[in-house]
Amino acid sequence: MAKQELDGAQALLKCLENEGIEIMFGYSGGAVLPIFDALETIKTKIKFVMVRHEQGAVHMADGYARATGKPACVLVTSGPGAGNTITGIMTADMDSIPMIIITGQQVTWMLGKDAFQEADIFGISMPVVKHSYLVKATNDIPRLVKEAYHIATTGRQGPVLIDIPKDLSQGPFDGELDQEMDLPGYNPEKSFDFDKAEVKAIAEAIKFSKKPLILAGQGAMLAKADVELKYFAETLNSPVTNTLLGKGVFPESHELSLGMLGMHGTAYANKAIVEADLIISVGSRFDDRIIGQADKFGRLATIIHIDIDPAEIGKMIVPHYQCVGDAKAILTELNKHIERLDSDEWVEKVQGLKKKFPLSYKIHGGLKMQHVLDEFYNLTEGKAIMATDVGQHQMWAAQFYKCDKSFQWLTSGGAGTMGFGFPAAIGAQLGRPDDIVVAVVGDGGFQMTSFELATAVIEKLPIIILVLNNHYLGMVRQWQELFFDERESGVDLVGNPDFVKLAEAYGATGYNLKRPADVRKVLEKALAHRGGPVLINAEVTKHENVFPMIPAGAALEDMLIEPPKEKLAKPTGST
Amino acid sequence: MAVENKVIVTTDKSPMILHSSSQHNLSVYVSNSPGVLARIAQTFARRNYNIESLVVSPGMDGRFSRMTIGLSGDEGSLDQIIMQVSKLIDVVNCVDHSFETSVVKEFAMIKILCGIDKRSEALQIAEHFGCKTLDLTRTSMIFSVAGDSKKVDALVEMISNFEVVEMVRTGKVVMVRGESRT
Repeated sequence: MAKQELDGAQALLKCLENEGIEIMFGYSGGAVLPIFDALETIKTKIKFVMVRHEQGAVHMADGYARATGKPACVLVTSGPGAGNTITGIMTADMDSIPMIIITGQQVTWMLGKDAFQEADIFGISMPVVKHSYLVKATNDIPRLVKEAYHIATTGRQGPVLIDIPKDLSQGPFDGELDQEMDLPGYNPEKSFDFDKAEVKAIAEAIKFSKKPLILAGQGAMLAKADVELKYFAETLNSPVTNTLLGKGVFPESHELSLGMLGMHGTAYANKAIVEADLIISVGSRFDDRIIGQADKFGRLATIIHIDIDPAEIGKMIVPHYQCVGDAKAILTELNKHIERLDSDEWVEKVQGLKKKFPLSYKIHGGLKMQHVLDEFYNLTEGKAIMATDVGQHQMWAAQFYKCDKSFQWLTSGGAGTMGFGFPAAIGAQLGRPDDIVVAVVGDGGFQMTSFELATAVIEKLPIIILVLNNHYLGMVRQWQELFFDERESGVDLVGNPDFVKLAEAYGATGYNLKRPADVRKVLEKALAHRGGPVLINAEVTKHENVFPMIPAGAALEDMLIEPPKEKLAKPTGST
Repeated sequence: MAVENKVIVTTDKSPMILHSSSQHNLSVYVSNSPGVLARIAQTFARRNYNIESLVVSPGMDGRFSRMTIGLSGDEGSLDQIIMQVSKLIDVVNCVDHSFETSVVKEFAMIKILCGIDKRSEALQIAEHFGCKTLDLTRTSMIFSVAGDSKKVDALVEMISNFEVVEMVRTGKVVMVRGESRT
């Protein structure tokens, strides 16, 4: 590309655009003035979305990436602006979500002098990024952007941060816009050059299984291995369970699907794991929420671990067989070596478990979250993009909203970040304007980022915000009820605002939903409203608990399918 | 924290720990990027692992540096740490070298108080261990010694009859035997 008269900020935007960045979420401030100015002075195709808080910007970029598979960019100022992104970056990092975060920084000669709005965001963010840069020279910007994009979107994906001192973004740029990367320690192409002998060994190990179970995780989704996974499961005649983040990579309405496993997974998935003689994990990291007590997990099974990240092999569970690489590439190879297993009896047994221990709820006794979610699933035919927050509503949504497609289920799994759902829905709707996007949130989490109503209204996004309002931090209350002698502490959300009025104050529409008989009517009304954000305040019962439940650190066989009759000991496992 | 193109040397711990059975010599080859040392240190700190010695020096190719990290600890979690370190973008490779297949050496300087009356005894010990006398005054001496950690420990033991004012050890550096690269 020929040299043009640009400053660093203009070069930055051109490079981001060249990499394919289509959207940028941000909030302005002193140290990013040159970059905000460049948004006006050069013609860029990148859409800029002004948010109300930097955390919201990161969750929006996250939701956009989870719904489209493409990374977005975040643009914030130095100091508090950068600091406010940390929770969002951590959320993305825990769930391997690609994004580029651009932070403004004090001018170079003031660094380390505690100058106004100076924060060492390069240092602060280090444990929660895949990689990060502090720009040292304006002319390096194209290389760093190219590297950042490459790192964010290849291998095990993740967030990359670029911190740009103001003097460098406003300084003259006289380098090349197209520069070579310099990453001698980073070889993600190895993901496609996996060990074929390992795949053969896996195929051999599978051969004689009579009780196989496939565990599908988000790695399979990010590798876009849906088709290969379906072929794999159907050819083997093996049931499939999925992680919270893996919802949709294998159709949950498929007869071989057991839905989600783990702490609040289906009883049949957890029972199947306990009995299986073969567990094949494709792109799951055996998170503590799904394995319960590690040394009891899959005791009867040969365990196979397929993952793109070698550091995940043996971290939680030591597998008998493994293969490190891209899930799609590995499954494609593995599919050449498999045939139907002698598993009819097992599949039949598992189908029996599905009938014996179905997910259920009672319609009477007040409005239930499960009822609202179940009805919503029926009305949208399972096709909506579901962005959830964290807590009871998240687990019930995971149970009752079956997902048949990748990239339709957006949830903060690893980090468990309250406040994620609503801004993630905004990002998702911007990325997929024609889809129905729903933010399923609790009254607690929604209030952590509800100010982004302004963003949703300005962008005229037809998001449905389903506030499942029990006036409690329900999941914590559930733990207090079960494990802390019903002593409620710090969970009662007295003083909640009138959410309908709150929505209206921002120029959005709001409906109240109080009676079970009105569920369908109100949901239909909200679905018909495509003029902008519409909020439903569903006043649900206060003391409902999520079951099944495996207390943290307990073995999967110790799952509680219904409320326990006796007092439980405090959980020994993770939080 | 940038890795400068000079030898940076930090702490040593008790010689007892250095010779425990589960001792490891990690050799980490890294790009000379800002923050690489912080990233590696963080990887250890997060898992409650203690770095016992750390040597950073420029590689033959100036774009890279070699870190040699001395550690002791649980075998299982060390494998995990090696993989986490290897995963860092700036790390080209990270290998745990055993004593059998590699040469492991360190360098130390020891300052003792020593008047004329005991000088010949001190020099005798120094000679036995192949030390060099780096500094000599009426009342003090500085020796240097290079060798494996056991040799340095033995010298420390022998010289403890004198008043040892201070000691600085570089920590281990490692190189693989034969033609292979470290």
